[in-house]
Amino acid sequence: MMKAANTLKADVVVIGGGPAGMSAAVAAREAGAEEVVIIERESRLSGILQQCIHNGFGLHKFREELTGPEYGLRYEEMVKKLDIIVMTETMAVDITPGRVVTAVSKERGYFSIDAGAVVLAMGCREKSRGALSIPGTRPSGVFTAGTAQKLVNIKGYMPGKRIVILGSGDIGLIMARRMTLEGAEVKAVCEIMEDSGGLTRNIVQCLRDFDIPLMLRHTVVKIHGNKRVEGVTVARVDENLKPIPGTQEYIECDTLMLSVGLIPENELSKKAGVEIDPKTRGPVVDENRQTKVPGIFACGNVVKVHELVDFVSDEGETAGRAAALFSQGKSLSVSESHKNSNSHKSAVSVPREQKKGVKHLQGSGGNTVICTICPMGCKITVDKNMNVSGNTCSRGEKYAIQEVTAPKRTLTTTMYAEGGTMVPVRTDSPVPREKLFDCMEEINSKTLILPIRSGDIIIENIEGTGANVVAAGSFL
Amino acid sequence: MYKIAIIGGGVVGGMIAREMSKYDVRLVLLEKENDVAMGQSKANSGIVHAGYDPEPGSLKAILNVRGSQMMEEICKELNVKYRKNGTLVVGFDEEDMKRLGQLLERGRKNGVEGLEIIDGETARKMERNLSEKIIGALYAPTGAVVCPYELTTHSIGNAMDNGAELLTQFEVTEIKKIENDGNRQRTYFYEITASDGRKIQTEYVVNCAGIHSDEVAKLVGDCEFSITPRRGQYLLLDKEAGGLVNATVFRTPTVMGKGVLAVRTVDGNILLGPTSEDIEDKEDKAVTEEGLASVIAREAEFFDDIPMDKVITQFTGLRAHGNTGDFIIESPEAGFINCAGIESPGLSASPAIAEMVEEMLIEAGATGKLKQDYRPEVKGIIRFKDMTAEEKNRLIAQNPAYGRVVCRCEEITEGEILDAIRRNPPARDVDAVKRRTRAGMGRCQGGFCMPTVAELLAEELGIPFEKVTKSGEGSEITFERTKTGGDK
Repeated sequence: MMKAANTLKADVVVIGGGPAGMSAAVAAREAGAEEVVIIERESRLSGILQQCIHNGFGLHKFREELTGPEYGLRYEEMVKKLDIIVMTETMAVDITPGRVVTAVSKERGYFSIDAGAVVLAMGCREKSRGALSIPGTRPSGVFTAGTAQKLVNIKGYMPGKRIVILGSGDIGLIMARRMTLEGAEVKAVCEIMEDSGGLTRNIVQCLRDFDIPLMLRHTVVKIHGNKRVEGVTVARVDENLKPIPGTQEYIECDTLMLSVGLIPENELSKKAGVEIDPKTRGPVVDENRQTKVPGIFACGNVVKVHELVDFVSDEGETAGRAAALFSQGKSLSVSESHKNSNSHKSAVSVPREQKKGVKHLQGSGGNTVICTICPMGCKITVDKNMNVSGNTCSRGEKYAIQEVTAPKRTLTTTMYAEGGTMVPVRTDSPVPREKLFDCMEEINSKTLILPIRSGDIIIENIEGTGANVVAAGSFL
Repeated sequence: MYKIAIIGGGVVGGMIAREMSKYDVRLVLLEKENDVAMGQSKANSGIVHAGYDPEPGSLKAILNVRGSQMMEEICKELNVKYRKNGTLVVGFDEEDMKRLGQLLERGRKNGVEGLEIIDGETARKMERNLSEKIIGALYAPTGAVVCPYELTTHSIGNAMDNGAELLTQFEVTEIKKIENDGNRQRTYFYEITASDGRKIQTEYVVNCAGIHSDEVAKLVGDCEFSITPRRGQYLLLDKEAGGLVNATVFRTPTVMGKGVLAVRTVDGNILLGPTSEDIEDKEDKAVTEEGLASVIAREAEFFDDIPMDKVITQFTGLRAHGNTGDFIIESPEAGFINCAGIESPGLSASPAIAEMVEEMLIEAGATGKLKQDYRPEVKGIIRFKDMTAEEKNRLIAQNPAYGRVVCRCEEITEGEILDAIRRNPPARDVDAVKRRTRAGMGRCQGGFCMPTVAELLAEELGIPFEKVTKSGEGSEITFERTKTGGDK
């Protein structure tokens, strides 16, 4: 591809304004890069965080539990404060190995930026139906979970009413709860593996809370319906993940949501000549997050799909700092970056199996709970006499007693604002679980007047729970 | 009163409409779906066959060879992508080679130019990924590829630009003969009724209803032929797999058709398939596990290594297999013409079919003067991705909508999507936009761009978002709003 005649210059160009890109840009600026540019396709920063209106973000980075838009907003503010140049509604279409980034936008046309260093932060995309080769017809109503999430949370429309979800990763689980709260019936979540890949807290709070069946070792073998989905056939699979004949079961539904994996988006990286690891499908990077092409760095889900956004931000910092040093002709200090990039490992030493899956919950008796206060995920037992064991801190004890006596949940949802904008909102403290639908009803019956700032109280003491409903995003 | 009504907005109906739109007569195209190119014209291999396959002297043979010769020029006029990639029919044993020899003879009789038998080594020089097990091939340099739905859409768009009308969601349920007042050439004309009660009147009818053409013929009492839907299942691979093959590679044909093929489409994807299964249900466009497995198994004989992780979608097409074995292009009664049983090589033959039907209509007195202002070209189609930097900048300066990339996988801009919604024939649903612009055809299969495309459709058509469909009524993308608020 040819370089456009109108060429700008910048020290560091970051491709993608999601969590990885924002944190890389901030770090680059802090490490002394003068001109830092973020190229973002959407009309605002934060990337996928905008539609991830649920909470659970930021426990590592900010030591508090934030929703996706709130987490994003923290970085958006840093980006603003540091005078980082943000080009929204701009699509990067090419990168050369010599670090010329070509992009296109309504405002600037087709233009190039000569970059001192480039940070790839394009994130990932979802595996589609085609990648799974699910047999059957091709009607309306088959969505990837992320597309459905965008429709319900950003656009404010119901993508489905009777839903089957394939894949029990966190996005699938979160969507099961989200659609249930908005009045849909989630008929089942099918998982081809013998255990869910989602966080235990999501199994508890997204499925168990609403009695949504999780069908382990099951997959969708056929999609029915000519115009709209009318149903799916599911079947049990054997140890080779092949459907077992005779185990088919028809489930009537109007929607199939797919949460079956994410693929790093590296079409641009390939144009830059960056070497891709066939296993992770992301660029091969060193401890500075530098790819095999000097001066081109990569971070976040474009490298490999991360479990937590906090880790994505960490990686962005490493890449951003290194990119700044590179653009200034300085040598990259390996040891320091290296330490930083692995910081999450030292911050929380949680064995993986403790954090994941249904199995962790099984055989634990009625009064064993997984603490969701922090990502440690302690398995805490409460006996008949309210004696608590298994916790590692006092917050855990309190949580466990609450969970077995009167469980509470933070409610995250959207609220209708004038003109049809959907504003993410949350309760500022947990509300009794049985009050969730009452709270939803009250929130849905009100129209918000813009502008609104994140943290503004919208409804005080909702349904007498003592919790306030606050805005979880800014619409100015 | 229309002069001519064409039933079926596929490639055959489209080519005929375009041909007839040069005459100064009122012309209407009736399509039962929400968009044109919704039957086999959207789901076939996109091959312009050289013409070695059909029985010499058959309509299939004559019209295939003629159509194939016309195709490149027509694609130029209609602004349709065309690539002459050549065809290789490969053989694995002596039996196959014998059949290939017969095909060569047949092709020569049919008037196909440039045919030759080559050995396995030469074939692998042309296509380096071909299996070592291939011992020889029939090479047809005139074989080509086009985008079948683009050809259909552009021919219909061109007919409309020249004054033809298009009625969609017009499912023909009744064709009545009405006594004429005697002023016209015949003593009757036709009244065609749609399932929703709409009626049109026309002097001439051309039946191009694809797999339903036998049912349409029956409406005027013609029960001479029947159509069996023959299902063909395909797999489509990402452009990243595009290096697998360039030419169209076929197996040695059998009685059920030409067997599976592998081809790099005009858009650079790899297309594998089709199966060939006679089925009962004319609406059954399901993809089956067995079907896909059989495609993969047969393709594995061509190539040692097919990058199956690059599969982005699967689809099914239903071919209109006629019981006569040949194309059925005839007039069962004055004023009514059947174009039925147009299976492969129907796409290749379509320009020649249009020419033939034009002659039949002239003969029958359906044509009048030629229009003075007839324009055979489709103009102004913008393919942003293929432009130079300077062209892109000029374009965005003129119309900023071209500066917003909506589909990132295929790099399709808002400007191109708006153009598809505004140009003839107007795209009215998400799939129609996809077929015209390729937005949503890439590796993410619309995951990112579909909501934006739906939004643009809602704005342009002036309908609420929840009324936007994937492919016509009943296939709405979403239900109603999650909430509409209340007290402030």
